[in-house]
Amino acid sequence: MLAIILLSVFGIACLFLGFLDSKRVLMPAALLFLAVAFVANAREWNHPASYLNAMMANSNVSVAFSGIIILSALLILPLSERYLADERAQLAEYYAILLFSIVGAVMMVSFENMIMLFIGLEILSVSMYVLTGSDKRNLKSNEAALKYFLMGAFATGILLFGIALVYGATGTFTLGGVGSYVTGNAGAISPLLYLGLMLMLIGILFKVSAAPFHFWTPDVYDGAPSFFTAFMSTVVKTAGFAALYRLLAVAFTDVYSFWWITVAVITVMTLAAGNLTAVYQQSFKRMLAYSSISHAGYLLIAVVAFNQKSEEAILFYSLAYSLATVTAFGILMLVADQNGTEGRPNEDYSAFNGLARSNPFLAFALTVSMCSLAGIPLTSGFFGKFFVFISAIEQQMVWLLVIAVLMSAVGIYYYFRVVIAMYMREGNTGVIAVNPLYRFVLIVTTVLTLLLGILPGMITEMDYGGGSKALGKEKKDQTAAGKRMEMTGKAPRKMYNRL
Amino acid sequence: MLTLLLIALPVVSALLLLALSGENVKRVAFVASLAEFALALVAASQVAPEAGSQLAVSYPWIESAGIRFSVGMDGISLLLVILTTLLVPLIVLTTFGHSYQNPAAFYALVLFMEAALVGVFTARDAFLFYLFWEAALIPVYFLAGIWGGKDRIRITFKFFLYTIFGSLFMLLAFAYLYFQTPGAHSADVNALYALNLDAGEQSWLFWALFIAFAVKMPVFPFHTWQPDTYVESPAPATMLLSGIMLKMGIYGLIRWLLPVVPEGVDQWGATAMILSIVGIVYGSVIAVQQNDMKRLVAYSSLAHVGLMSAGVFTRTTSGLQGAVIQMLAHGINVVGLFFIIDIITRRTKTRDLERLGGITQQTPALTVCFVILMLGSVALPLTSGFVGEFLLLSGLYTYNPWYGAIAGLTIILGAVYLLRMFQKAMLGPKIEAAAPFADLTFLEKAVLFPLVFMVFWIGLYPNSFLNLTGPAVADILRLTANGATGLK
Repeated sequence: MLAIILLSVFGIACLFLGFLDSKRVLMPAALLFLAVAFVANAREWNHPASYLNAMMANSNVSVAFSGIIILSALLILPLSERYLADERAQLAEYYAILLFSIVGAVMMVSFENMIMLFIGLEILSVSMYVLTGSDKRNLKSNEAALKYFLMGAFATGILLFGIALVYGATGTFTLGGVGSYVTGNAGAISPLLYLGLMLMLIGILFKVSAAPFHFWTPDVYDGAPSFFTAFMSTVVKTAGFAALYRLLAVAFTDVYSFWWITVAVITVMTLAAGNLTAVYQQSFKRMLAYSSISHAGYLLIAVVAFNQKSEEAILFYSLAYSLATVTAFGILMLVADQNGTEGRPNEDYSAFNGLARSNPFLAFALTVSMCSLAGIPLTSGFFGKFFVFISAIEQQMVWLLVIAVLMSAVGIYYYFRVVIAMYMREGNTGVIAVNPLYRFVLIVTTVLTLLLGILPGMITEMDYGGGSKALGKEKKDQTAAGKRMEMTGKAPRKMYNRL
Repeated sequence: MLTLLLIALPVVSALLLLALSGENVKRVAFVASLAEFALALVAASQVAPEAGSQLAVSYPWIESAGIRFSVGMDGISLLLVILTTLLVPLIVLTTFGHSYQNPAAFYALVLFMEAALVGVFTARDAFLFYLFWEAALIPVYFLAGIWGGKDRIRITFKFFLYTIFGSLFMLLAFAYLYFQTPGAHSADVNALYALNLDAGEQSWLFWALFIAFAVKMPVFPFHTWQPDTYVESPAPATMLLSGIMLKMGIYGLIRWLLPVVPEGVDQWGATAMILSIVGIVYGSVIAVQQNDMKRLVAYSSLAHVGLMSAGVFTRTTSGLQGAVIQMLAHGINVVGLFFIIDIITRRTKTRDLERLGGITQQTPALTVCFVILMLGSVALPLTSGFVGEFLLLSGLYTYNPWYGAIAGLTIILGAVYLLRMFQKAMLGPKIEAAAPFADLTFLEKAVLFPLVFMVFWIGLYPNSFLNLTGPAVADILRLTANGATGLK
């Protein structure tokens, strides 16, 4: 909660800093703001509470998701150094909008009331529409922004329609209220609720670019400046999945039998659409767009599995995916600018040819990132997939996993193309100058990717309090569970003390 | 603790290597791998064959997923660890004569691979086994892809995709098995052995596991990556692939397939065996027609591994013991042969049998080594190949005389293609390319003499190895016989 207030204030402060003559102060200031917000958020760990007349509530899970979101932003921000030299870039506005959008994302992971979900999603989306079009003189960027805006507006409308229908059925906007309606009226649930749920699902799945609502993704990711694409593909995805899972787990657990098949079909479609289309891309950036669709598919597997391991799996996966994606976009920006012609960056695979010889560090970092996205062991991405698969196999969803496994094999093909280009092909990229902060970010993401690949327990062994409430679990209300724990003062139960 | 050290030492040395540069790295790499071998010998002196898994350590690693860092060695593991740690220093030594671009990375990858291989052979936890299994692939992929021949990019990528694809199914199978274990789940090897699954489950689990191992070995029809990859890889990578990595597949069958899904083997073991036997004949027949020496040995490897895999599926003592000792013998023979091919290729700039000949007259030492290693491969009595092939064939024969007879072709055809290779390359009139052909240098002798020594040791006194693996093999057979109705 404090993080939201701070980030809103900081965003305004950022706008005022834009009046200064020097742009130099902006990035340190924005980093400081984010760091403060990160600490403020982290302080709420183990302090579950409900705010604003139960419009929002935080639990350890929501704090963890907020932490991932703010951390991603913190890591992405230094990658914007290119704009310092660019006269036309409106750095103060960019940073301010980024900070505001994080407010929306944090709201999405801690909403208790569906209105807050809607507002959070809108704050995040509108910010993204603007940032997508921030490269004003670039037609592709303009087209992307318009496309994103039109399609996004429809999706939000559908979401709102869904919320209205659910309200019509249950008479309440709160997740807990909907949850108790669903539990209390088993067998006599209004059809409006089912329809509303479907429409809400469509709205949110659009935002996380699940198939068949994914068609905007490649064009928008490709058209937006890479810096904002990195932001979009990490923060929006994390927030979207946190929101989706929260919605389903708190409000709609008891109609699992109704929605699971829909989500399962969407999962398969997303996996296939993302992975199979990514194979045919010649542009590395476009490939990353399709890869983000495919990762939405893997995350959806955890949603379909919907058991006590799922939330943790989504959490870990989001973190692993965000770290690897930040590295990938960070290096893409460097390489694309270096090999660009006439001011237009070259984002094809071929731009990476022979990178290992001239820039061994960049090549290594990108290899780690690609291995992580591909799910190769000893990187965090492997355990992301592993936890997702484990949660699904516990539900005996072997058929779903067979598809997922086949698609992972396809994924290795397109992720390793760039590794091959870097290490095994000849190229003439010169030594790329990387400023220290930028390099520091790449080191941090790479080290974390490897570290979480060896010790994933750092994240998964953390105590998420009441834990998720999914199939067969008696705990319906996360915050209530959290409070109960605090009151009794008992040692918190480890989420999975398997051994 | 010793086992842990065996895995950690190459990793630490590899990281050390990355900090170094220049020509020194190969010496450091050699010393490190030699130290690793010494460590393996210490381990060998402490392991009692009868006592099951020893020198074991087990730490909780990823509790939420039930993964334990659990390693230990029984006789079979120990034998393969010895093979690995013996071959790696020799393979490093083969590279002393020439320099590779970016040597620090090259040798670091070799050592990383060694660590992963030792891990594969000692892991007692299914997920840990999977992690090491994949970790062994990455270094060799880069070794072959960066330092390989002309068409390396396409071919090594095919190899990489094939093997990853296979192993993903293994992961799926392990995850499924893990959830079948009672109570607090565990992926420990003994927990998996204790499972009591119904026949339908065992049947698909068999295939999920078998495909992973079959791609790695490779068994027909999963072999298409193999000949090209062996040919295009640089010599050290080819030796690692054929000498050690191929054994991962056989080892996987013995440790993680037979005792885990015995009823699956009842149903599908015969199919797998027929595929293996087809591979034997197929590999041999193609090898007879090859003129590229490296490709010839690659196909011969396909035939040999088919025989080992068929032997494992007989589930008889002689079949399994034969497979185990043959892993050792084949590792030594094939590394020796690939090294000799490398020597010839470097001096004459060709591997084409039609363009070679007349090398014998100038090179007594090379000739002797070549003959001995070749006869070891042909399975002449008193050499390393004989014991293994004899046991394997007798196992197959008791299982089904026809299978034994067809698989027996391997001996005849093996003699044909290997003697043909020797004759064309070494004998006959002297050919221009071979004109000034220096005999073995000191370094080359340092590699080949230990291998030749091993050929005789295994051939003359196989019991020193058979006694080591006997009790472990008996354990596996006892576990797999619980569900073995097909044998009765």
